[in-house]
Amino acid sequence: MIQLQKTHQVPALSVENLSVTFKTRKGLVTAINDVSFHVNPGEVLGVVGESGSGKSVTGLAAMGLIDPPGRISGGRVALEGRDIAGIGDKAMRGLRGSRIAMIFQDPISTLNPVLRIDTQIMEAITAHEKISPAAARVRAIEALRAVGIPSPESRLEAYPHQFSGGMRQRVAIAIALLHRPAVLIADEPTTALDVTIQAQILGEVQKLAAENGTALVWITHDLSVVAGLADRIAVMYAGRIVESGTVAEVLTAPRHHYTAGLIASVPSRNRRGQPLAQIPGSTPNLANMPSGCAFHPRCPAKTEICSAELPPILHDPSGRFLRCHHPRQEA
Amino acid sequence: MIAYLIRRLGQSVLVLFTMAVLVFFAVFALGSPVDMLASPDADQAERAALAVRFGLDKSLPVQFATFIGNALHGDLGASFVYGKSALAVIGERLPATIELAVLALVFSVLIGVPLGVIAGLRPNSIAGRAIMSTSIFGFSLPNFWIGLMLILFFAVYLGWLPAGGRGPTTNVLGMELSIFSVEGWRHLILPALTLALYKASLVVRLCEAGTREIITQEYIRFARAKGLSRFRIIRLHLLKNMMIPVVTILGMEFGAMIAFTVVIETVFAYPGMGKLLIESINRLDRPVVVAYLMVTTVIFVVINLIVDFLYVALDPRVRLSGPNE
Repeated sequence: MIQLQKTHQVPALSVENLSVTFKTRKGLVTAINDVSFHVNPGEVLGVVGESGSGKSVTGLAAMGLIDPPGRISGGRVALEGRDIAGIGDKAMRGLRGSRIAMIFQDPISTLNPVLRIDTQIMEAITAHEKISPAAARVRAIEALRAVGIPSPESRLEAYPHQFSGGMRQRVAIAIALLHRPAVLIADEPTTALDVTIQAQILGEVQKLAAENGTALVWITHDLSVVAGLADRIAVMYAGRIVESGTVAEVLTAPRHHYTAGLIASVPSRNRRGQPLAQIPGSTPNLANMPSGCAFHPRCPAKTEICSAELPPILHDPSGRFLRCHHPRQEA
Repeated sequence: MIAYLIRRLGQSVLVLFTMAVLVFFAVFALGSPVDMLASPDADQAERAALAVRFGLDKSLPVQFATFIGNALHGDLGASFVYGKSALAVIGERLPATIELAVLALVFSVLIGVPLGVIAGLRPNSIAGRAIMSTSIFGFSLPNFWIGLMLILFFAVYLGWLPAGGRGPTTNVLGMELSIFSVEGWRHLILPALTLALYKASLVVRLCEAGTREIITQEYIRFARAKGLSRFRIIRLHLLKNMMIPVVTILGMEFGAMIAFTVVIETVFAYPGMGKLLIESINRLDRPVVVAYLMVTTVIFVVINLIVDFLYVALDPRVRLSGPNE
């Protein structure tokens, strides 16, 4: 396996046993629980899950952007080998946007509506570098050109509302990649876009990340997106990673019943005319989590032990990870 | 832009005309000024002569046409008391009131915006709660009472500031202004603060609500993800978005502030337009009352126009254009 050769290098981002809790009126709610993953330079990790599974919180936690009433209650986040979970606000600000960057789901609301594009790009440059305004401007133009915005010189003075959704997401991507970060966390950046634009943006980010050696964490609920993009996949359910492994392994031979359900519910040419498979029920409320394995109320293979005990972690040497009492047998 | 200006100008003329009609007929309904102008022992012939001299013998439409015609020439009649043009009488008092209202506006922004932002950023902190509950007092305590208390404390008890009146003035561009001398400021500060207190509480509440809403927006999160300093995010990203509703409200409230000076100027014996209005009503000096109402309308119209332009400066999504463009 190619992956094995890379195991000795320092991961761009590594998250170990991370937990995030939110204080609510109903008590402490655990949004993500004991989440561990790592992503190497130049690698693409797809984080897949339904809404409420904690995938966005995971991204924000890695950025140090969890606000009260939420807090990181346990675990460790290391950026290029350096622990950043408790380094303080000022130090974290220095890394944010320069070593670790993030783009968000809705490009319409990501850019400040009342500030010009040049202001929003140049402030991101000067936040991390001592550079003259003229030089920052040149950098801004280059950055816009790199993400495929036509005639960037003239678009610099425009406001966000003068751009389409796809163009705004390109601007956000340009900003996120300004300082060639070690890690880019992409929180469903194509979900709000047209399908054709989605494909373009996907290709663009993949290309730029590869050029810069940036590790990509691509958060999505859309399995078909990660299928073509990611090297490895982590599937999240109710705040935990339930299965992870290489794309080929997880998608062709899912061992967790939730992953299998997700794959079966993707419309496909091979199943034309048949009713679409569904996972019965819905994601559990974080404040009212089922006992044992959180997936057991919806699981086709559940037994008594599933509601009584937390499933054991199965970790095989190839990097495959699983939390299940009754894993599906490899096909 | 030009189409917009022409349209707005047309609207303004309509507003002024409507106001003129209302003012004229309201004042007309008060009865004939002859009763007040003629000496108590005047006979019927003297009264008739007086009516002819002031054109009061003519029919209502003719009187109205004369009033509008004169108004178009900038003539709103002569004050019965001062014996000169009512507009001139108002013009002498206008700078004092504008000075007071503008200073109060500046105070309310300088006090209200920072406190509102602090309360919005830390809604559960002691400071945040204290600011929000104090602002309720600013709302609910009567203005004149606050004025009296300030006079009692700063002028009577401590003796730091004068209790009333206006400081020495300097002629600047034809206006008598008192903000260029220390003594002028000492006279202005208490009435301006009193006038500002209510607006400041309003601004605090607006800014608190605005901050709490804007701080959850995705563009604030993205600004943080860019690694910007907290100060820059608040000063630029938050403030510029938050000021849009604040400017709207303050624009409307500035007119109300000029109207409120009637109370404040009376409490502080401040020789502005508001005090003049009260005096003129007491002395039944109709031309001055009419002129006051017309001038106030013009001020309202101008302020609204300025607010529209401020919008464009603050929010690039707003374009000044006609409905069909």
